[in-house]
Amino acid sequence: MLARNAESLYWIGRYVERADDTARILDVTVHQLLEDATVDPDATSRQLLAVLGIDAREGASFDVWSLTELVAYSSDHAGSIVASINSARENTRGAREVVSTEMWECLNAMYNAVQERQAYARVMGPHAFFTFVEERAAMFAGLADSTMSRDDGWRFLVLGRSVERVDMIVRLLLSRVADRASSPGWVTVLRSAGAHDTYLRTYRGALDASRVVQFLLLDRLFPRSVFHALRQAEACLEQLDHQPSVRVGARAEALRLLGRARSDLEFLRPHDLLDDLPRRLKVLQGTVRDVGEAVSQQYFHTAPWVAWTNAEVV
Amino acid sequence: MWTMTRSRARTSGLRRTPARAVARLGELFDGYLDPARPHADAYDEMFGEDASVRAAYRALHDSIAPSQVAELTARAEALDRAFVDQGITFSLSGQERPFPLDLIPRVLTATEWSKLERGIVQRVRALELFLADIYGDAQIVRDGVLPRRLITSCEHFHREATLLKPPNGVRLHVSGVDLVRDESGTFRVLEDNLRCPSGVSYVMENRRTMARVFPDLFARHRVRSVGDYAVHLLRALRNAAAPNAADPNVVVLTPGVANSAYFEHSLLARQMGVELVEGRDLFCRDNVVYLRTTEGERQVDVIYRRIDDDFLDPVHFRPDSVLGVAGLLNAARAGNVVIANAVGNGVADDKLVYTYLPEIVQYYLGEKPLLPNVDTFRCWLPEERAHVLDHLDELVVKPVEGSGGYGIVFGAQASTRELNGLRRTIRANPRGWIAQPVVQLSTVPTKVGDRLAPRHVDLRPFAVNDGNSIFVLPGGLTRVALPEGSLIVNSSQGGGSKDTWVLAARSSTVDRELAEPGLATSAPASPAAEQGPELTTSQQQQQQQQEKGA
Repeated sequence: MLARNAESLYWIGRYVERADDTARILDVTVHQLLEDATVDPDATSRQLLAVLGIDAREGASFDVWSLTELVAYSSDHAGSIVASINSARENTRGAREVVSTEMWECLNAMYNAVQERQAYARVMGPHAFFTFVEERAAMFAGLADSTMSRDDGWRFLVLGRSVERVDMIVRLLLSRVADRASSPGWVTVLRSAGAHDTYLRTYRGALDASRVVQFLLLDRLFPRSVFHALRQAEACLEQLDHQPSVRVGARAEALRLLGRARSDLEFLRPHDLLDDLPRRLKVLQGTVRDVGEAVSQQYFHTAPWVAWTNAEVV
Repeated sequence: MWTMTRSRARTSGLRRTPARAVARLGELFDGYLDPARPHADAYDEMFGEDASVRAAYRALHDSIAPSQVAELTARAEALDRAFVDQGITFSLSGQERPFPLDLIPRVLTATEWSKLERGIVQRVRALELFLADIYGDAQIVRDGVLPRRLITSCEHFHREATLLKPPNGVRLHVSGVDLVRDESGTFRVLEDNLRCPSGVSYVMENRRTMARVFPDLFARHRVRSVGDYAVHLLRALRNAAAPNAADPNVVVLTPGVANSAYFEHSLLARQMGVELVEGRDLFCRDNVVYLRTTEGERQVDVIYRRIDDDFLDPVHFRPDSVLGVAGLLNAARAGNVVIANAVGNGVADDKLVYTYLPEIVQYYLGEKPLLPNVDTFRCWLPEERAHVLDHLDELVVKPVEGSGGYGIVFGAQASTRELNGLRRTIRANPRGWIAQPVVQLSTVPTKVGDRLAPRHVDLRPFAVNDGNSIFVLPGGLTRVALPEGSLIVNSSQGGGSKDTWVLAARSSTVDRELAEPGLATSAPASPAAEQGPELTTSQQQQQQQQEKGA
């Protein structure tokens, strides 16, 4: 498939997932701030902004509203929900012939509705906006699932989504690593990831930090766990490789990085997990970044622009 | 002296509108036939001179006239929403806007259409031969039919393209002929678009959206389909490939997402099932064009480019172009890739060359043009220039290179200062300008506010030449000038569009009625009768080509 379209699909996957996950994380944080008067809004907001990689303004102190404004509605910086929606839509517009009409109309209608939903949410509370984003992202995933051929295009889309998912879950966990093992903050982590119900059923209601981390990092069955997402990304890359003739080692850098990260988690003793967790998460984050670069180098050959300004016939 | 005065006299004599006819109209048409309206001189396509409804529009008028304003408004809103959600937009100065589609379709009868179709086919055939000649031996110049200076002074005549012969000889894979209907109802050619004519996506999308919003209207009419355009285009592009390409790899080359017609490029690529590429997705090596894919490179055989010649190849044309592919023209010359439409077609749609079209048709085909041009004064001929300079205040002056409605001056509306400036410009560069009498374009009812008002329209049918026959998409793009009295229909100047209906021949309607339950026992409707005009046209063409080959 066309390299530029492959790149677009990869980024559509990433941006839709990023919009979805940012909405989830923000939703939980905003409601924690509203419900729990003992939480310091400014400190919590700054922590969240640091995790999302958004520059916090110095001086001014944050509250629920300014946090929502910055993370959800602002289109001035790349990390916000609105910016992710715009980028996802822009990428789809440039790759119309490889996404289905349904997928395009889903994203385009989402993009067109943002203004109106934003105005509504400013009056009725931000939850309405987050729900809108989550629902549209779910709709997009469903439409992709039911209208795309399982060809390379699909693999690039899922690859992007999986890579972004690893990144976002890692960021989510990083925002809580400093919490006590019995902190109620761990429930919010589960809720952000949409994992609360599944977790309760899996561990029969027992709530503690090590199990929550274990569930979100290592669970083989839960689709939003880091392990599951890594496996999926790995599978996509394996299928994308059409010349499996290399007999030793991993064929490509991206695959090697993913495989190593996955096996690190796979063969880790569960009770060692909490030791050294921050370092482990940082390493994972670095891996995600490197995978992105390796994928782009392997598949998205970008041409250096050649200037022809002095092309005179001699 | 020209048509203007003649037709003015005729229409003003007929402007008496019987009062009873006006009273008969529903509230939607309130004031439509007001004799004082600024469009009174124009030919109205729905109402005849005695305010009777013309045959083509009768069924349409009868279904729309009794409807409520609210109903029409609701349908108009549904249309707009559909367009925005589907992202059917064009960008104007960087802003994305929905292309305004008017509710009321424009209707052409089978007879009107078959006349137009024959005229367009004739024109395209003559222009193909003209281009082949100009970029070959230039026999027409040697024979003294056209002055050589006419060709060499044309900005879009590219010597880079001389002796570059496409494998199947086709240069005009797609052409768009802009037609207007003058005060007497005669269709005339206003200009030809032979480089990258655009707008066909709106023809297809208008139809699809109208059918959703007005299902009942379609049930009452037998409208010829426009949905198979992409099939014809793909066939033409595949036929254009060099004969050694067994399964030609066709791509659509677009300038990118920021281009005003991007929606169209992507629609065509999707409907043909081919890649939509930008210049940076392609590269040339050893005179072969390749596509960058995730699995390495793949050779490209045919490029349907929607980029102007100037930007196509930085090696030959504008060196600062970032949209094109370096080396493309050399690859085409080496026969390894086909560029559609061919490079250098602009010489045939130059507005000054246009004035010589009757001579061109006569020279190559030995026929008279079936579709007349609009009368035009050529500023580069001294006596015609003198006339133009004397009558500047009653003429429309156009640059020969202009498109998109830019640079056009209506003498009657210009100030003395502007006219003096224009005189200087014309004297300085007479080759660059032509002048035409004001043609009052025909009008069609158009929704303006909460009623229907006459607005001027033109028509751009699209012709596809696949090397064996020339297919003309039934209908084409009807553009409508939305501001009252405006004669400029370009979308960049506040124009909208209308769905254009070509009604199927009467015989086929009868066939369909006969085939309805109860009468179905009689012989089944003959399929041959339904495609009557289409079949004969292509047969004729093939036969004519056979004769030429023999």
